Parts: sequence; structure tokens; C-alpha cells
Amino acid sequence: MTVTFPHKVLPWLLLLPQLLVTAIFFLWPAEQALEQAFYREDAFGLSREFIGLENFTDLFTDPLYYQSMLTTLVFSFSVAIVGMSLALLLAVMADRIIRGKLAYQTLLIWPYAVAPALAGVLWWILFDPSMGPIALWLKSAGIHWNHYLDGNQAMILVVIASTWKQISYNFLFFLAGLQAVPRSLIEAAAIDGASPFKRFWTIVFPLLSPTTFFLLVVNLVYAFFETFGVIDATTKGGPGQSTTTLVYKVFDDGFVGLDLGGSAAQSVVLMAIVGLMTVIQFRFIERRVQYS
Amino acid sequence: MIENRPWLTFASHATLLTGIALVALPVWMALVASTHPASAFGVGHIPLWFGDAGAETWGTVLFEKAGNGVETPVWFMMLNSLIMALGITFGKIAISLLSAYAIVFFRFPFRNLCFWIIFMTLMLPVEVRIVPTYEVVANLDLLNSYTGLTLPLIASATATFLFRQCFLSIPGELVEAARMDGAGPWRFFFDILLPLSRTNIAALFVILFIYGWNQYLWPLLITTDDAYYTLVMSIKRMLSVTDGDIAWNQIMATTLLAMLPPVAVVIGMQKLFVKGLVDSEK
Repeated sequence: MTVTFPHKVLPWLLLLPQLLVTAIFFLWPAEQALEQAFYREDAFGLSREFIGLENFTDLFTDPLYYQSMLTTLVFSFSVAIVGMSLALLLAVMADRIIRGKLAYQTLLIWPYAVAPALAGVLWWILFDPSMGPIALWLKSAGIHWNHYLDGNQAMILVVIASTWKQISYNFLFFLAGLQAVPRSLIEAAAIDGASPFKRFWTIVFPLLSPTTFFLLVVNLVYAFFETFGVIDATTKGGPGQSTTTLVYKVFDDGFVGLDLGGSAAQSVVLMAIVGLMTVIQFRFIERRVQYS
Repeated sequence: MIENRPWLTFASHATLLTGIALVALPVWMALVASTHPASAFGVGHIPLWFGDAGAETWGTVLFEKAGNGVETPVWFMMLNSLIMALGITFGKIAISLLSAYAIVFFRFPFRNLCFWIIFMTLMLPVEVRIVPTYEVVANLDLLNSYTGLTLPLIASATATFLFRQCFLSIPGELVEAARMDGAGPWRFFFDILLPLSRTNIAALFVILFIYGWNQYLWPLLITTDDAYYTLVMSIKRMLSVTDGDIAWNQIMATTLLAMLPPVAVVIGMQKLFVKGLVDSEK
């Protein structure tokens, strides 16, 4: 228990700026979303009509919404799994090296700083069907690459662009996790004759499981919410609906389709999902803090 | 490592170098593309080695206009991005320091309720409730303004949460000693708390600067006036204005310029950045 200052007014003054900003730009919009979700509004906002839960029933009977959920799941897990396995491989290799670790780290972490939208554009030029070097190379290998027409290829493109950015983040955490593994354990196993691969799978990897779980949550959250820029700058959710994730759909239905009630209902569903994820993550962080 | 296995060490270096090459591949391509005239990008043709139009492209993009329908030069958008990024960074750090201080070092009614209200915003990006937030900002007449660009993005609790964790680890004896020496809450805040959280603030600065600089959807929606364009969102306008005839050289030069400042910050402040990430776990 921390020692505290006896003051009645001061704490409120200290909290005021944050509470104000939160109220105006968070609670108010959230309340508006909640309200809008129960109305049907025309595109110009001139008239509205209370329709109860109709926006929600529309949403949950719309096959496109389920498709978008599936797209989000496929996309998020692909980004998380590809990004984490590549990062783990690189981190294990970097951990073996005694000299030049910092140089490797420096050369690997910078993509973290690149905006998702820019990452999308960078990979787009490599995969552009008419001139991109990778697309042309694939063509000569017999694979016809055209992410404008092929939904699966569009998905692969956005997964690559999103993963690229996330490798550096995962790499740092795995490296930190690896450095926390007690040397004596590995030495003992080495004396018993365990090969490096065996040591990794039986000792190191299980000890990394808290880091892995933490990264899984963070990566899923990243793929869910922060990849908007990647998708908008490259595929715009297409072709068809093949790369329309839930977050992209909120934007697309609201600003492009001008279905304000439907978009608001989606916002409400998403906020509930985030709330759930936050609670999971918070519990996890709290637990880690206690045990470490 | 434990034993000496030269081939494994060799394999490690080889894997790392391959990884670095793959990670750097798109940037290298962008650099090459920005040194060719727009006419070099045709069907089945993308230059694989540097051309000689680099200085011209970079000069035009930086000082005249970014091109592809964006008439604003990059240096001007960089300034806007900088204002937005710094506004978000300082704003978040300032309000979070104060609110975390209130929550940890004072006891008052509804303290927990306040914490939970703030905490609810943790990790909830503006994208999720984009339409209503846009309407609120439009109602407040903040479209096309620096306030509109920064204030709504300050409303997130990540920083508050981090400072709370950091303050909770400060021993109670320290507060007691300060109080016995007659230090009031402000004196304690400035003379003890701030110096103790200096590294946290610096690490957070790096992370928030990148967050602010890289904002995309929000500035895209609320700026229709060239005077408030930020650099990252301008990419979208460059890509969407012209159909088919995209001047890739200009787009690539702009992309590289847009990633330069945050990458420089991450590499320059690597130690703090890594510490900020790994220690705080977000």
C-alpha cells in the first residue's frame, strides 16, 4: 500500500484532463454508436427511425458479416503464426551468436517503425501483376499472380505486408525471453548429451511459453485493429469481400456504404470483443507481474 | 553458446543475413524505383538497378509537389505529421502522468471507477468507432484543424496504465520521507516522481511518436484541406486519384521519406525503445 497525500480537490484536478478527453472522444462516441445502432438513419442524417434490434438481427443474419468474421480469423491467425515463427527462428539464431548481436538487432527492428499503410504500398510494388518482380518471377514459375482478381492471393499479399512489420516486434520479445533462460539448465542438458535441437524443444521452448502466449494476444490484436492501413492502401477489402476484415467493414459500411446504423451496430460488437480481449490481457499481465 | 559447433554458428549467421535481406527487400526496391523516371514503369518492366533520375524525383517530391494529385510538397506534410506526432506524444504523456499520479498517490471517492473508465479505452483504437467519433469531431467543428488531428487520439489509456505500474513500484518510504521533509504533492511530483520516471517517459516518447506519425485513417477522414495533410495519409490520396497511371517513382520516394523519421527515431533510441517495449510489455 502506497503512502498517500491527503487532498480532496487536487486529485480531481489532476484527473480532469484525461477524464475530459476520455469523455468527449471516447465515451460520447461510444454512446452515440450504441444509440445509432438502434436507429435507421438516411444517408444525410436528416431523419432517423427507431428500429430496435433490427440492425443487429440484420448483421447476424448477413452471410457477408460471417464471411468477414472468417476472413478476420484467417487473416489474424496467419499474421500471428507466420510472424511469430519467423521471429522465433531469427531470435534463436541471434541468441546463439556472441558477436554482432546488436548489429543484427538494429538491422531487424526498424520495420516496427514503418506505418502499416506504407508497408502495404512497399509490398504492393513487388507483387504488382504487370510489373512487380516477385509477380513476374512467380509467373515464370507457372503461378499466375494477380491479387486484383484472386481473393486468396490478395489475402496472401496483405498477410505478408502485415507480418513483415510485426516480425521485429516479436523478435525483440523472443530474444528477451531467450536471454532469461537460465544458462545452467542448458549447460546441464548439454553435459547429459542433449543436442541443440533437443535442448531447444525440451527446455527452451517450454520456458518461452509465457512470452509466446503474450505475443499471440498482441499479434492478434494488431492484426485485428492496426492493419486497417495495409488493407486500405493495397486491396481495399477486395477483390469481392475477400480481404474485408471486421474493422475494415465498419469503415466501409459507414463511410462508403453510408449505412450508419449497420456500421454503429458493428462498432458495438467490436467494442464488446475488444473489452473481452482487454480483460484477458489484463489478467495475464497482472499474473505475470505477480510471479516475476 | 555452450559448445562450439562451427556449422551451427555459420547457419545462424546465414539465417540472420537472409532474414535481414528479406526484411530489407521492399525498401531496396523502393529506393531503386525512386531513381527512375515515371516512364520506366511499364508492363513487364520494373527497373532492378538504380537509374539516374533520383535527384530530380526526390527534389520534386520534397519541395514542389508530391504528385499523383497531391499538390502539397513533402516537406510541408512532414511538418504537419511532426505537429500531429508531437502533439499526441506530449499530450498523452502529460495527461497520463497527472492521472496516474492522482490514482496512485491519492485516496478519494470513485477512485476505482475513474481508473476503470480510463482503463476501458486501453487498446481500443479509433478505427473501431470511427463513424461516431468522426461525427463528434465534426459537431465540435474540429475538422481540418490540428486540435482535431491530435486530441481524439490522446484518449487512450496505455500511457496511464504504464505510469500507474511504474508509480506503484515506488517504495512507500520514499513518499513518507518526502512528506516528513515537508514536501507537498507538487514538490513531490516534480522533485521525486518525474526524475524517477525519466526513462519510462523517454521510452514512451519513442513509442508514441511512432504511433502519432503513422496515423493513417484518422487524418485521412478529417482533413480535406491540403494545409493539414499528413505524410502517411497522403500516400492513399496519391494512390487513388489517378487510375492506372500511377507515378511509382514519386510514390516510392514519398513512401521512403514518410518512413524515415520514425525509423531514425527507433534506431537512434534503440536502447530506450527496446526497454520501453520489453519492460512494459506493450
